[in-house]
Amino acid sequence: MSMKLTATEIEVAEILEKDARLTNDELAKMMNLSVDQIHQMVKKLEDEKVIVRYVSLVDWTKIDGHQGVTAMIDVKVTPKRDVGFNDVAERIYRHKEVKSVYLMSGTYDLSVQVEGQSVNEVAHFVSQKLSTIDGVISTTTHFVLKKFKHDGTVYDSDDRDKRIVVSP
Amino acid sequence: MPIKTSYLAKHVRTLKPSGIRKFFDATAGMTDVISLGVGEPDFVTPWNVREAAILSLEDGYTSYTANAGLLELREAIAKYVDDYYCVSYDPEHEVTVTVGASEAIDIALRAILDPGDEVLVVEPCFVSYAPLVTLAGGVPVIVESKKENDFKVQPEQLETAVTERTKAIMICSPNNPTGSMLSKIEMERIAEVAKKHDLLILSDEIYAELVYDELYTSFAAIDGMKDQTILVSGFSKDLAMTGWRLGFVCAPRDISQGMLKIHQYAIMCASTMAQHAGLEGLRNGRSDMADMRKSYRQRRNYIVQSLNEMGLPCYKPEGAFYTFPSIEATGMNSETFATRLLQEERVVVVPGNAFGDSGEGHVRCSYATSMSQLQEAMKRMRRFVDKL
Repeated sequence: MSMKLTATEIEVAEILEKDARLTNDELAKMMNLSVDQIHQMVKKLEDEKVIVRYVSLVDWTKIDGHQGVTAMIDVKVTPKRDVGFNDVAERIYRHKEVKSVYLMSGTYDLSVQVEGQSVNEVAHFVSQKLSTIDGVISTTTHFVLKKFKHDGTVYDSDDRDKRIVVSP
Repeated sequence: MPIKTSYLAKHVRTLKPSGIRKFFDATAGMTDVISLGVGEPDFVTPWNVREAAILSLEDGYTSYTANAGLLELREAIAKYVDDYYCVSYDPEHEVTVTVGASEAIDIALRAILDPGDEVLVVEPCFVSYAPLVTLAGGVPVIVESKKENDFKVQPEQLETAVTERTKAIMICSPNNPTGSMLSKIEMERIAEVAKKHDLLILSDEIYAELVYDELYTSFAAIDGMKDQTILVSGFSKDLAMTGWRLGFVCAPRDISQGMLKIHQYAIMCASTMAQHAGLEGLRNGRSDMADMRKSYRQRRNYIVQSLNEMGLPCYKPEGAFYTFPSIEATGMNSETFATRLLQEERVVVVPGNAFGDSGEGHVRCSYATSMSQLQEAMKRMRRFVDKL
């Protein structure tokens, strides 16, 4: 269900989506509002679950022993009467290994992202847990080899300021 | 080796070097410096614009264009100026693509000034105005916009400065370094002075897209002023294309053709790949401009409030990406303030006197830098001011 927000509320959500660590004081200055107004606004966004959660984007490949593997799995499903894909999607996303589940248009139905410590661990999850769920017809597993850009952010981008220090 | 008598022309020898250079040199070798001294966007040119230049090179567009620039680009410029500023120019005879707005200002002055002609230069302003007037054989007459008038020049001041030799008034709004912008009514009052004395307005509108609260009005759009206005703008600020050196100038046909003669002898044409990039920017750059504008507005609000809180009173600029806080309360002049701030806290700001004597008592802080850098800079400046 979607809701109408004011332009200011939308802008606050946009700012926090880019940098969730800004304080209410800083946000208030940026938006030219009082700290109290910002507090109310952020609380509303949180209460309405417009802002669902604050996260950090961690590059695990930099941490020895925590590189892990990610797989994108195309899942074909038989929809069920009354509940459609919701029921089987829920059976899939309840597993903690599953990071995301999307209903897709096209040649398969659900796109499932799974993370694990090793290829074996993911393979085990797919064969033992995912493909045995009632309604799942088939799975096609693609392992991620390298993440270049994620959620709008380029890993290891050269974002040095290339400008000269003083210019007219 | 003995130094020969200088071959340099006298008027070049006496030309004052830009005060900004000194601060650039002072930062050499320093680490952990945060610069609020940069007069250009912190964004990189949008990718589609860069790609257009790359594709033009791949397609072999490496030769000269028409002197005035690619006709397609001039048509796009004329359309843009018509769509957003409601002034129509003939792309074939009244629009010239230049090597940045800087060249546009240069050829405009060279095209209109006879030796000894006077130009009213409203200071504080971009460092090149008065020197370019001198180099064109003219005489710059400085008119100071005052802090108490929110750095907006008053028509009476211009009126007082007009003599029989006055040919033009140079105005930049939104302004570098103050960020101040003239309202339509204020422009109309200045236009009255121009009309009364038959003066040209040389209007540097490079920051026209970076306006945060009100709608922008071009000087050329003021009633009856199109024939007396030279409209200078470019791609540097709104599309983050400073390094491409791409600008344009729109002017009445006779002036435009005069400028074109100078441009064709001195420059030939603006860089071809930059022109292809600019064309893409005009066609598909609106959403990037809007995103950047939104980000600048947030940062402007943040820096203005932060500076005011730390006791450096600051006019809230309507446009561009500069704030021009008063540092008078510290008892220092602008150069001392900037030098000590750099040495003690490693923050670069530009002393206000670099933009004219009337800039003394102020420093220019650019907020074209990331929020995290701005936050750190404000923290350091506050510490600096607190311990004075």
